[in-house]
Amino acid sequence: MTAEAADPAEAVGTVAPAADPGILQRHGGAIEYVLIPGAALAGALAVFGIFVAMFGKNPLDLYFYMYYGAFGTWFSWQNTLTRAAPLILTALCTALPAQLGMVIIGGEGALLIGALSATSAALALQGLPPLIVQIAMVIGGVIGGGLWIMLAGALRQYRGVNETISSLLLVYIALAVLNHLVEGAMRDPASLNKPSTREIGAANMIGSIPGTDVHWGLVFGLIAAVAAYILIYHTVFGFAARVAGGNIRAARIVGLGVSKLILTICFLAGGAAGLAGMVEVAAVQGRANANLAAGYGFTGILVAFLARQNPLAIIPVAILLGGISASGGLLQRRLGLPDASVLVLQGIIFVFVLGSDALYGRIGFLKGKS
Amino acid sequence: MADGSIGLWTVPLAVLGGAIRVSTPFLFVSLGECITERSGRINLGLEGTLVMGAMSAYGISYLTGSPWLGVLAAGITGALLGALHAGICSLPRVNDIAVGIALMLFGTGLAFYLGKPLIEPTAPRLPAIDFGWWSDIPQLRAVLRINVMFLIGVALAPILYWAFRTTRWGLLIRTAGESSDAARAMGYSVLLIRLRATMVGGFLAGIGGSFLSLFYPGSWNEGLSSGQGITAVALVIFARWDPLLCLWASLAFGGAAALGPALQSVGVTSGYHLFNAAPYILTLAIMIITCSPKRTLTGAPAELSITR
Repeated sequence: MTAEAADPAEAVGTVAPAADPGILQRHGGAIEYVLIPGAALAGALAVFGIFVAMFGKNPLDLYFYMYYGAFGTWFSWQNTLTRAAPLILTALCTALPAQLGMVIIGGEGALLIGALSATSAALALQGLPPLIVQIAMVIGGVIGGGLWIMLAGALRQYRGVNETISSLLLVYIALAVLNHLVEGAMRDPASLNKPSTREIGAANMIGSIPGTDVHWGLVFGLIAAVAAYILIYHTVFGFAARVAGGNIRAARIVGLGVSKLILTICFLAGGAAGLAGMVEVAAVQGRANANLAAGYGFTGILVAFLARQNPLAIIPVAILLGGISASGGLLQRRLGLPDASVLVLQGIIFVFVLGSDALYGRIGFLKGKS
Repeated sequence: MADGSIGLWTVPLAVLGGAIRVSTPFLFVSLGECITERSGRINLGLEGTLVMGAMSAYGISYLTGSPWLGVLAAGITGALLGALHAGICSLPRVNDIAVGIALMLFGTGLAFYLGKPLIEPTAPRLPAIDFGWWSDIPQLRAVLRINVMFLIGVALAPILYWAFRTTRWGLLIRTAGESSDAARAMGYSVLLIRLRATMVGGFLAGIGGSFLSLFYPGSWNEGLSSGQGITAVALVIFARWDPLLCLWASLAFGGAAALGPALQSVGVTSGYHLFNAAPYILTLAIMIITCSPKRTLTGAPAELSITR
């Protein structure tokens, strides 16, 4: 009989493996953390290849177009990086609470609320200098998304409500709030077919990084990921969070304010996703409407798990998955695959990555070193 | 009484009709999840199972012309997804909540992929039984056109309640959920019990999905399920893992979900989206009221990761 998830310490361990402090010191472990997710990814691609082969498509064509559509040209690189930006931010929404052993999957909701608050801030401050409007949008997005996920954290801490389910329910509630406001109080009367808010104004858009078509949201994402890494691994606060994630009783005994940790981490997590919403409004859509619910929040969960909840690892993984979704259009045009094929591939990758959790510490030639 | 003269009575009638019609998928998913969770594992992937069930039921019904074969296919699809969940979860150090999230994405994606050619054609639907023949109010008759699946679901709740208490299988599932050590000491494989419980749970959730595509709303499209599966999983928690309470909770949910369309039909259109979110708000509110950080919920299986 194998010891499955019945042991609570082990169950937490699979959610927050990055909480292990020795990862970077132990080279065997580090190789493992690259090799196993890499193998899982390769396995998932192989299964997806077999899947499309059953529909009469050539898997080699598939891999070629996926590579070409994601990383083959400068154009596709820009497309990939543009999609990676919100993914980094929404992945942080799952990865930060994971340090405390919490599974938050409501990044999509925080993104929508962040986008709404950022849009409201911009519309309220029309006429002020763009920089002030943009700063207000960032603050609005972070606070809106932050409070939204903080609600899930508070419910868990003070009422014992499971945060996984409550954060997902909050996604549907956020979507209803968005649709309600966009079709009601905040609707631009000129938007007939697609109810939207008024435009935030071209001057207030955050624009592209010079020399590219990639918007500044990517830089926001990179800064947030590095800041999250420093916060978790190089500050007392992050250390306290990892202690609480490892053993909540021990954390209470040494006098850590667990409530404060949970609320702060959840606020930061939601704030990251809210910032993703702000970026989508201020760099892509220019207004709030139902287009914002594009699934970045859900793909972000996958990014976080594939990166094993490590904020720095999130960056390459987000670029990889941004690439997969960027290649979706090419797969549709060249191979006639439905747009849902990206979803199928993401699902297969997710299943493989979770299954590969069983392999850690079991690969013979890495054992001696770790 | 002439057509339409019942005025505002339309709203409670539509809510009642909704409680009967909309609650059926909630009922099947929650009963299925109840079995799975009683065995000590949580399957959050039932949202994906529901959508896959809806798609496969519609596809098989369209291809064979028999909606009942569609229901069966949905059940089998659900059981296979359940087996996949249980299979991955039985690997060491794999977290069942995370696998559920993965299967939620996988099931939805696969259903959208395979279901693309099914959006256009019309498949034969499940028949309804007319219990309202005695009435001449069209709205009431509409409410009382009840599908057999609802009746099966209603019958299933007390049967499960009885089975959990008195049968050998019920006892085994509960043992695996309360103490895997005890089940192991008795010589049973906990993984095998949980595999079967998750497959039966998936089977029922798949059938719940077939109701969506074959009866109400009665078509296949990508917006068919918006969180009914996950709401039903939450519903099991506040139904305290009791099949009979699952039945009442499902009815309450169906009523809440019907509130938005019902109000719209009498001309109340403002706040339509907010009323549509009523089931989610209701779930959250009930979870806030019934959960407590101080103690584990009464009736919670001790092995369940979500209550620890």
